[in-house]
Amino acid sequence: MPFCNVIEVKEVWKSFKTVQAVKGISFNIPKGQFVAILGPNGAGKTTLVEMIEGIQKPDKGDITIIGKHWKGNEDELHKIIGLSLQETRFIDKLRVSETLELFASFFDMGMKRVNEIIDLVGLEEKRRSYVVNLSGGQRQKLALGIALINTPAILLLDEPTTGLDPNARREVWEILHKLKDGSDTSMILTTHYMEEAERLCDYIIIMDNGVILREGTLNQLLEDHRTLDDLFISLTGRKINE
Amino acid sequence: MSRFSRLNQLRLLTLSLLRELIREPGVLFWGIVFPILMTVGLGLAFTKKADVIRKVAVISEAGSADRDSSVVYNFLENKCVKNPVSGKEDYKWKLEIKNEKLGTSVFFFYELKWDDAMILLKRGTINLILTGSDGHAQYHFDPMNSDAELTYLKLSSAIGSGDVIAEEKSAEIRPLTIKGTRYIDFLVPGLLTMGIMMSAMWGISYGVIEKRSKKLLRRLVATPMKKSHFLIALITVRVAMNFVEALVLILFSIIAFHITIQGSISAMILLFLAGNIAFAGIAVFVSCHTSNTEVGNGLINAIVTPMMVLSGIFFSYHNFPDWSIQIINKLPLTILTDGIRSIFNEGAGYSQVALPVLILSATGVIFFTAGLKLFKWH
Repeated sequence: MPFCNVIEVKEVWKSFKTVQAVKGISFNIPKGQFVAILGPNGAGKTTLVEMIEGIQKPDKGDITIIGKHWKGNEDELHKIIGLSLQETRFIDKLRVSETLELFASFFDMGMKRVNEIIDLVGLEEKRRSYVVNLSGGQRQKLALGIALINTPAILLLDEPTTGLDPNARREVWEILHKLKDGSDTSMILTTHYMEEAERLCDYIIIMDNGVILREGTLNQLLEDHRTLDDLFISLTGRKINE
Repeated sequence: MSRFSRLNQLRLLTLSLLRELIREPGVLFWGIVFPILMTVGLGLAFTKKADVIRKVAVISEAGSADRDSSVVYNFLENKCVKNPVSGKEDYKWKLEIKNEKLGTSVFFFYELKWDDAMILLKRGTINLILTGSDGHAQYHFDPMNSDAELTYLKLSSAIGSGDVIAEEKSAEIRPLTIKGTRYIDFLVPGLLTMGIMMSAMWGISYGVIEKRSKKLLRRLVATPMKKSHFLIALITVRVAMNFVEALVLILFSIIAFHITIQGSISAMILLFLAGNIAFAGIAVFVSCHTSNTEVGNGLINAIVTPMMVLSGIFFSYHNFPDWSIQIINKLPLTILTDGIRSIFNEGAGYSQVALPVLILSATGVIFFTAGLKLFKWH
């Protein structure tokens, strides 16, 4: 891929009726970088990811993926993006392997890739289980597996561990660690868990009220503060989960 | 992506939606078993005449001499069956007038005093009071009560001459039991078409709305999946299911009620397909925008309930006021039901159903196209 930055976001604005969700945000994501967008509920994280994902259009500003705009390039861009949405539910009465096989077919892939993904996300024992019978953590692993099925160049994860217990959360992190070590996928992950951002990502963008408050590597952000929590409190006067 | 890959995508989408459908036991019950139960229930209720029980009070007469000369007691003692365990609350005599065509009438006679009989008459517990005077039977009943009047007519024909007609003379009675004229012949085509509408509206519309609310549609269109494939797969599964449901219902009706399809079966298949196209199109249109299942419920009910009531599924829509018939005639369910019914009962063929097929197909295409234009995937 000849592009340095796989994602470029320039001066993007988005509002819904009376709410200004995103206010002039800009950033670039280079190939292979894992980026966390950290912020409380209502910060504008999901809207930003939806614009990158192509399902919302910015009111102003410009977003390019591998140098291309969404308009006219949907098919090409869908092929290189993996996506996990907040609280997606798949077809209840499909088995895990059948669900993965369905999504694999959209990328012209077969059972070989399905088996690799089942192995990667650790759902071997559940491959014949109906989706409806999976636990929250197992469903999230399935969602992650579906996001990874096309070996994406760009992975967009919207709050992938929200609502999971600590064990399930750590299992999801393990999978993402493996991905980071074994590929040059770029990832944007939205979260309101500081620990998640610290453990998984090379670069952290802290957002609140539709604007970027601070961004940088973990070391850069923690130059003057002991933790990300302290930094967030110093920036906003409140805790991230309040 | 190659043509083969596209077809494989469509095959797997269709297979996945079919699996979703057939793995849900409730779907099989409501789609296949319930229409059969409804056919059995309504068919039996309206095609076989049940025994009718009629209760009559006989005013007790004082002396045994009076009783011996009474035409009423003479009739009761000689022509009716006395209840061996007759208590105060039990009937004292019983008479059955059997009739294969009209059903059996069973008369229970209770011996009561006048005042007690009047109370029971007012309560509606008995239909008629019978007394004997001057060698004649006298019948006391409300002439406005048609049930009481019928009891009188049947009873007077039995007591009047002093003879009991155990098997009613029915040579003059010609009940209509020719195939095509029974209620079950009217009902089954209606149940078939109602099944198409319900299956399309709930299966497609509600299915789409629910998948949108679960963000599954949004997840699907974030892949290179061809959007039309999803809708084609959804409609294909529903139409296939409708064919199975209809086939089971028709076979059951043929076996249980000796229903016949007097017209062209191929024309019926064509009309059936057109009906599916119409309701699939309407279903896509109804579900094109909302992601709220409660709103979806309301929208679907707003479409199906008026048609279910007005389109002549359970009873003829000609009972509605004349001015409304012109509107009812144009409802898709009415067009479909009238067409299917004409094939079942009137021997209709291609020429009779050509126009309904055209109208229904056009309805489906128009609504489907409009629905696709407005369709919201997320």
